[in-house]
Amino acid sequence: MSLFLEQCLNGIQISLLLFLMASGLTLIFGIMEQINLAHGSLFMLGAYFSVLFQQLFGSFALALVLALGVTFIIGIILEVLVFRRLYGREHLLQVVATFGLILIFNELVRIFWGVAPQYSAIPKALSGAISLGWLDYPSYRVAVIGVSLLTAIGLFVLIQKTRLGMLIRAGADDRNMVGHLGVNITVLYTVVFGIGAALAALAGAMAGPLQSVRPGMGEQILILTFVVVVVGGLGSIQGALVGSLLIGMADTLGRAYLGSALSFILPPAAASGLTNALSSTFVFVIMAAMLLLRPRGIFARSQR
Amino acid sequence: MKALPDWAFTAAVAFCGFAFFAIAHATGNAIWTDVASRILVYGLAAVSLDILVGYAGMVSFGHAMFLLCGGYAVGILAREGLVSGFIQWPVAMIVSGLLAALIGPLVLRTGGVYFILLTLAFSQMLFFLFTGFSRYGGDEGLQVYPRSEFIRAVDLSNPDTLFIVVLLVVCVALYAMQRLAKSPFGLVLKGCRQNEKRMQALGYQTFRYKLLAFVIAAAVCGLAGAMLANVTGFVSPEYGSWQRSGELLVMVILGGMGTLRGPLIGAIFLLMLEHVLSEQTEHWPLLLGVLLVLVAIYLPNGLRTVSVLFRRQSNVS
Repeated sequence: MSLFLEQCLNGIQISLLLFLMASGLTLIFGIMEQINLAHGSLFMLGAYFSVLFQQLFGSFALALVLALGVTFIIGIILEVLVFRRLYGREHLLQVVATFGLILIFNELVRIFWGVAPQYSAIPKALSGAISLGWLDYPSYRVAVIGVSLLTAIGLFVLIQKTRLGMLIRAGADDRNMVGHLGVNITVLYTVVFGIGAALAALAGAMAGPLQSVRPGMGEQILILTFVVVVVGGLGSIQGALVGSLLIGMADTLGRAYLGSALSFILPPAAASGLTNALSSTFVFVIMAAMLLLRPRGIFARSQR
Repeated sequence: MKALPDWAFTAAVAFCGFAFFAIAHATGNAIWTDVASRILVYGLAAVSLDILVGYAGMVSFGHAMFLLCGGYAVGILAREGLVSGFIQWPVAMIVSGLLAALIGPLVLRTGGVYFILLTLAFSQMLFFLFTGFSRYGGDEGLQVYPRSEFIRAVDLSNPDTLFIVVLLVVCVALYAMQRLAKSPFGLVLKGCRQNEKRMQALGYQTFRYKLLAFVIAAAVCGLAGAMLANVTGFVSPEYGSWQRSGELLVMVILGGMGTLRGPLIGAIFLLMLEHVLSEQTEHWPLLLGVLLVLVAIYLPNGLRTVSVLFRRQSNVS
């Protein structure tokens, strides 16, 4: 029972990291119709910068904030140099350009840090475990859940209650109209892109101590993020939240329990072989099933 | 300037291939044929992708999954003792086509960006599936031994023979694809790319056409995968990695989409460039990445744009 609870908590933690990634991706798509494969690279940059600043200043919290800031600025530079020139162009060109960006960032990281995985330390204050009644759960993971939840709430407040959020929602609905109403749409795009980059960096910096910080680390979570936004509906923040919870939990619980479920129906040898193959493809099966039910995602935007 | 007829272009490709073969041998660089076979195989894969991207407007970011499918069809059959190429290669095509027929209805339910993300997701699914198959090597891959066997005179473990076979197959497939693109079927696909609603209003069941295009492109790419397995003597899940799919898209863009001939040129250009760059510096992906960003922004029609520039200048002078 406590094992199951632990897996559930792990699932929630992964779901929330996925949400940080997916919300940025879906915002950028919703407003600018821009597909960004390099979103995983921003995740990776967040992790690397947080390691760098930890080594420089010795404080995890400070490193986290600085990594966010630097990636925010990199996001803005990227938007001005590359993405701005691709709005309204064919998606194919956006795919090729951002594919190029992935190559560039992976190689830059290799040049500056080498191929060996970097070690991102868990801060001392969070290295223990918290007793949650039935089980002891690592306090770092609890902190990750907490920070992600706060960020998610902050994002919803930003989008629903502030003027910037109003512009973002309006832009997602009809960006031309927003532009005609006298809003400086160029600056809005740049800011939204920066926010998306910072969210990805936050996810990366927090995931750093939980996985190895290495070139190409953003690509695996990028694929999962794509599954999330497809399931949730591209351009919808609510969709990103529901999609991340569904996919994050399915991935974690699938990896944990698919094996024992299969061993009930199959002979052990066949079951263990199948488990390896199936546990990593489980989320794609769910995605395919969702597509049959709701082809444009759970929170599909109306077709224009 | 009038474009070459299909047969003439195909003949030109064959001629260039044989000329290259002769030069490589005359200058004592027989090892080049191995690289050339690989380039031809990727060229065929890129051409099959162009049917989707350039004609039907379906941007598949998972086309390499059919390379993986075709490659493993050959690898697994060889491991299980079925070595005849007359069986292996058609099976590779059929299995790839069946896979496309299976996921096609799912990925075609929605268009545009969803199609890009879904093809990517399904190719990743296949990638992970084969990573987990420990019976066939898992993520370490599978040796293709022995190579596909045809008649006794054709020994594919000899790189020269293999090159000739690959060249001939690629030429035949290239010719067939060009004819297909000019057929009524190809014209309907072109119509779908320009305005799918209008094609539907004209009474075409565009879904069926697009699904069939997806299956045909997959089968041809599966054939390329079967040949690639013979060229490298090895299949691994890396065949279907998303980087590989990305490279195929880049070949199509570089060569000019919607031309079918261009992607072959794009494949030659990209793979030669990778080859040259990787000899200069180990950080060649950085340069390649910069090139891709610049191409996407400034040369959306690929290298054709460059040739048009030159032509204009020569007209002026």
